[in-house]
Amino acid sequence: MSLLVICDHDRGKLAEASLEALAFGRSLATSAGLDMEAVVVGEGAESAAVDLAAHGASTVHVASHELLTDFGPEAWGETVTQLVRSSGAEVVLACGTDRGNEVVAHVAARLDQPFVANCRSVEPDAGDWTITRVQWGGSLLEDVSLTAEVVLVTVAHHAVEPSVAAAPAAGVVAAFRPDLDASLAHTVVADRVVLTRGVTLSTAPVVVGGGRGVGSAEAFGPLEELAGLLGGVVGCSRAVTNNGWRPHSDQVGQTGTRIAPDIYIASGISGAIQHWVGAMAAKNILAINTDSEANMVARAGHAVIGDLHQVIPAIIEEIRRRRG
Amino acid sequence: MRILVCVKRVPAPGARINVTADGMAVDSAHLGFTTSPHEECAVEEAVRLVGEHGGEVTVMTLGPAAAEEQLRYAASVGAHRFVLVPIQEVDWDPQRTAAALAGAIGDVESADGAFDLILFGNESADAGGFQVGVRVAYALGRPVVNGIKGVDIADGVASARREVDGGFEVYNLPMPAVLGVKEGINLPRYPTMKGRLASKKAEVVVDERSVEVGGQARVRLHRPVETVSETVILGTGPEAAPAVVDLLEELGLLT
Repeated sequence: MSLLVICDHDRGKLAEASLEALAFGRSLATSAGLDMEAVVVGEGAESAAVDLAAHGASTVHVASHELLTDFGPEAWGETVTQLVRSSGAEVVLACGTDRGNEVVAHVAARLDQPFVANCRSVEPDAGDWTITRVQWGGSLLEDVSLTAEVVLVTVAHHAVEPSVAAAPAAGVVAAFRPDLDASLAHTVVADRVVLTRGVTLSTAPVVVGGGRGVGSAEAFGPLEELAGLLGGVVGCSRAVTNNGWRPHSDQVGQTGTRIAPDIYIASGISGAIQHWVGAMAAKNILAINTDSEANMVARAGHAVIGDLHQVIPAIIEEIRRRRG
Repeated sequence: MRILVCVKRVPAPGARINVTADGMAVDSAHLGFTTSPHEECAVEEAVRLVGEHGGEVTVMTLGPAAAEEQLRYAASVGAHRFVLVPIQEVDWDPQRTAAALAGAIGDVESADGAFDLILFGNESADAGGFQVGVRVAYALGRPVVNGIKGVDIADGVASARREVDGGFEVYNLPMPAVLGVKEGINLPRYPTMKGRLASKKAEVVVDERSVEVGGQARVRLHRPVETVSETVILGTGPEAAPAVVDLLEELGLLT
């Protein structure tokens, strides 16, 4: 009896998010008395197998097929569905990233089983399972009971820390060739366009965020400069994208990007719940706000009470002075 | 072309979300309601696409009778036809929701033919199940991709862009197709006064569905325990700059 973790990878390098799913999967497999297996799909997947053993996978299913050249939610979902049917997996788990949730939704539709997205805890039981999942992007929790023949879940991104297994598992590689219909090619990535290389909002060690208090598109100049000095990027609140000051790809929040930098410098951001859930995984938060009562100030570890238009240039000057 | 958009009525929260005493719903006594953000953008995209290519936009929602408000909002920004799938409960589980929507879509399509494009929001703002659009697409036997922030239609193909770290992926789906779209695909327009007036006269078709419950049942909603930490005030105004830079140095970010 097994628990199957769907792992994402970039040309053989395991995605950080999948390491979270593996850490969650190891403890769930132990409490449910299941053997943890992993599946990797597509080209270059085999080189991820060694890492998967270190993370506790007893068997690594490597799925390959002419149609699995790049990510395709339907082709991946169909592949995992066929593997679940042939391996008899009782639990299927992925990290609750865009891809993870999408692929598991496809598996759920095909198996006609419930799918519980973005879980924080999963308690196995002989009967119904008890699960706590996130709603509202993480500002509310929902306890659900689950009645299912196959348990399909994703673990909320950033809810668990990646960790390696106490002792590596066998990691036996098992080739899997799904039977895929040519029509599934319609939803495989047809083209990729790279706009920026290097640090991005979701991976940057420093994010300098601006909200309504910045006041205009032009006034983001000093935020850009500060982010540049610290090797980071600029983020913004929903009010800013709604005003057309920054592109939506810069938006931090429930309907934008989830960030997890070493520090988030939130300037002129009041801290509505939708913004907070996108920023709460930051290791440190510094709020700069004229309003000492602002939500963001209350939730931040550190704060400066003042006008960001004066404070940020002063920080830039001080960094330049110390660096000589 | 004919486009269907499925939307959800959700509370519009501010700084904090409270739960009713029985733990089964968000306490909306002091909250307004709105169309879930991704879906508001889906309606806008549909209106833009038929503006460019001709056709009409149908908007469907599964929700309480009050969700008619969200259908009328869609009317005020340019949608043409409206279907309400009424429910008595606070919310239906994702399987049940998808089965009801697939059935209601089947009703419309058997009378008028298949929609060229069906748009869902990537996930609802409240429950966030990340699955209803995929389940409906599978039930209808149509290709589907989520996370879409750009669509172009040409020669019966929907070319859809999905944002990924540092760029985007392109998918080419032959229509009829289904897309899960995300906020950022456009900036939704505000209703005009003329639109608001016209929306009052919009006819809402009610399609009641009887569908079995799915395997996921709500036990209760609760707020996460927040670790309340005292905020360290580093100073006031630009004089705080040295303390800020000290902090950045401490964190090893000034190398």
